[in-house]
Amino acid sequence: MSEATTLGRQAPPSPAEPPLLEVNNIEVVYHDVILVLRGLSLAVPKGKIVALLGANGAGKSTTLKAISGLLKTEEGEVTRGEIRFAGERLNGIEAHQIVRKGIFQVMEGRRIVADMTCLENLRLGAFTRSDTAGVKRDIEMVYSYFPRLKERTGLAGYLSGGEQQMLAIGRALMARPKLILMDEPSMGLSPLLVKEVFGIIRRLNQDLGITILLVEQNARMALSVASYGYVMEQGKVVLDGTAEALASNEDVKEFYLGGHGAERKSFRNLKSYKRRKRWL
Amino acid sequence: MDFSLLLQLTLNGLIVGALYGVVAMSFVLIYKASQVVNFAQGEFLLVGAWVCWWFLTDWQLPFWMGFLFTLAFMTLFGLVLQVVVLRPLIGEPVISVIMATIGLGIFFQALMKWIFGVFAKPFPPIFATERVSVLGLEVQTVYLLSLAISLLIMLGFAWFFTASKHGLAMRATAFDQQVAQSLGVSVPRVFAMSWAISAVVSSVAGVVVGVVNGVSSALSFYGIKVFPAVILGGLDSILGAVLGGIIVGLLENWAHYLDSQWLNWGNMFQIAPFYALVLILLLKPYGLFGTKNIERV
Repeated sequence: MSEATTLGRQAPPSPAEPPLLEVNNIEVVYHDVILVLRGLSLAVPKGKIVALLGANGAGKSTTLKAISGLLKTEEGEVTRGEIRFAGERLNGIEAHQIVRKGIFQVMEGRRIVADMTCLENLRLGAFTRSDTAGVKRDIEMVYSYFPRLKERTGLAGYLSGGEQQMLAIGRALMARPKLILMDEPSMGLSPLLVKEVFGIIRRLNQDLGITILLVEQNARMALSVASYGYVMEQGKVVLDGTAEALASNEDVKEFYLGGHGAERKSFRNLKSYKRRKRWL
Repeated sequence: MDFSLLLQLTLNGLIVGALYGVVAMSFVLIYKASQVVNFAQGEFLLVGAWVCWWFLTDWQLPFWMGFLFTLAFMTLFGLVLQVVVLRPLIGEPVISVIMATIGLGIFFQALMKWIFGVFAKPFPPIFATERVSVLGLEVQTVYLLSLAISLLIMLGFAWFFTASKHGLAMRATAFDQQVAQSLGVSVPRVFAMSWAISAVVSSVAGVVVGVVNGVSSALSFYGIKVFPAVILGGLDSILGAVLGGIIVGLLENWAHYLDSQWLNWGNMFQIAPFYALVLILLLKPYGLFGTKNIERV
């Protein structure tokens, strides 16, 4: 962690209140041999949206799975370091129990149950709860965020990509989580839908006070809703800072935000292909 | 042409077919939830029937009480079987798990013979009137009860899988185990539950058949009859299992009619479903309602 550069305001949260989620120097190994995360640390303060950015294969999804416990289903293991949620150590706890502690992962690719209806998917999201009346109220609450889900009575597998993403988020809300781990909510969606989904993510954070750890390829969108961000590379955090600081950082701009000025198109800058994409 | 015999056999076929459907459903339940092909399904019927018989004769319990005790016993039986024998095999090759269930079948077959002997034993009479006439057809009272129970179980399954959260969790597990876990479902618990339900439901069928024909190791033959039924319906479809069961029941009895009227070959009744099985595998290997990409064994 010592190599990582911190931009903007020093260190994520105020030291007075410990963050809701704290990942300390964890190392993750798949199949006992493949080292994927090598000393990753991050903190997610309560009530905030934190973005986790990085290229393909940097270990973003693995980080989320390490937190939610789903790593075990993929032969992965946290071999070092510690994950703490609300002061409690999460290492070694089964995924289905972590859901009961208030962490819900919206997996990459939506992963809704295709051969169930919308409503059944939502009810499934409330599996860990037993207050029938509350579940009913929350279904209406989800419908108020996603009115078009109410109109869809057929199988969820026939929903459009955007609707499936909404259903996946709605299903997460049904569990009444304190922290949602969101893996690539913009995947495969049209720019307009991406905007809509991110608008909803912001509203969930503001209205319901849900803390969100957001993994995204669409860095511009992610930084527009997040208050703090981490940039990962090869299993480590290499850069972190407030969303504004990251968004204005030259390297982040170049590698993740694109849209650089005309000078980048000049012949001279062919060199940039050779420039290594790291800050270390 | 003997129409009243044809009608009688058709009715028999429906009743027996509904029972096959129930057993097939419990077979599909295990396959769907935990991807295990359970070759010991027939032994679930056998164990259930013997245990019930034991409650009724040795303990002299009234039928309903013995029946409830049997259900309780079979719940425990299914749970223990899953936890002790099958849970350690999770993640092992399919063939090892199949071998284990075949082994379980042989073990319980032998255990029942050892405890209760090799001869068929009748249940004490349960109904005052043995037979009633329905629309001019003679029907055993037990068969009517069996039809009612079969329908009740099917409705129960329909309710369980659409309305209860544990049913939804089971469907989610069948769809994708990782997704189920991410929703807070304990996959090992779902497996155990599916085995318990399967054992209980099969044992109900076992008791009904036992009451009609007496209890003997022939009961486990139902476990074999289930194969044409589930393969006809599609290995992973509950609705398919019910329809497959009914079709197999009808097929058997119609084959029997054909045989007794014209062919006189003698054992069409026994083998007709298996001819059908061969045909289905040739023509429609995924069955009527099966998912196309499932693994065949």
